Amino acid sequence: MISSAANYMTGLANPTRFLSLVAVAIPWMAGITGVLFAVGLTMAFQAPEDYQQGITVRIMYVHVPSAWLAMMCYTVMAVSALGTLVWRHPLADVAAKAAAPLGAAFTFLALITGSLWGKPMWGTWWAWGDARLTSVFVLFLMYLGLIALYRAMDDPARSAKVCAILILVGYVNIPIIKFSVDWWNTLHQPASVFRLDGPTIHESMLYPLLVMAVAFTMLFFTLHLLAMRNEIWRRRVASMRRQAARAAA
Amino acid sequence: MSHFTFVAIAYGVTALTFLALVGWIVIDQRARRAEMADLEARGIRRRSAAGDQDHGK
Repeated sequence: MISSAANYMTGLANPTRFLSLVAVAIPWMAGITGVLFAVGLTMAFQAPEDYQQGITVRIMYVHVPSAWLAMMCYTVMAVSALGTLVWRHPLADVAAKAAAPLGAAFTFLALITGSLWGKPMWGTWWAWGDARLTSVFVLFLMYLGLIALYRAMDDPARSAKVCAILILVGYVNIPIIKFSVDWWNTLHQPASVFRLDGPTIHESMLYPLLVMAVAFTMLFFTLHLLAMRNEIWRRRVASMRRQAARAAA
Repeated sequence: MSHFTFVAIAYGVTALTFLALVGWIVIDQRARRAEMADLEARGIRRRSAAGDQDHGK
């Protein structure tokens, strides 16, 4: 099984084969994403209001999946960075570069929707003393830094290694985000879904949240594949231009 | 602001961000396709693509 998975990954190292797979997968993934959002939003707006928070608890159904995706996207980039540095997979750097703007967008959403939830519940839009807020803001800055670094270097071979190292160093922030609510006193409550003793959130709110989280995840992977395809095409165009310039010289 | 307004803005910002992401990807995709079509129209092809054609693939 491991060898067949390895063979599959090796096969995907061929960008042309990868592009064929993307062409087949995208319509299905887009359709599934649409259905998941329709079901998730229906469940989210039929779920009961919280006895303390009232209607504002509905912000949870976009805020929490955004925050999870902000961290998952960085994890995808970290695995891609390993793929670049260790296995030298040709698509690993393409995957990391394509994921950065998506991760920035999900982190932006986590910050904005968190502020919009915080103001009516905590009485403040932002608190620098809150470790969760600050560490997620640092994640947002890291995404922006990586996007800038990718854009600043024309040669993908050079930028791939530099960015991969930076991504792996920056991964230290992910466990800090995850465990910040346990390690420090913050405005955020401790984890209520991913706990060793099981979720503490009621099923009537847990299931809509999980469906929305799967919808966000499918949206991420759909957009990621499309962004990877664009990046492969961008590199092909650059390669064709270099080829034409050499032929003209 | 009422609590409903906070919820509405949160969902509105989320929808706009997703639309912006899709828009960025679609615009980027069209630009790359146009570039490749332009290069191919000028007779510039990838070496591997030319190789595929040479071998009747």
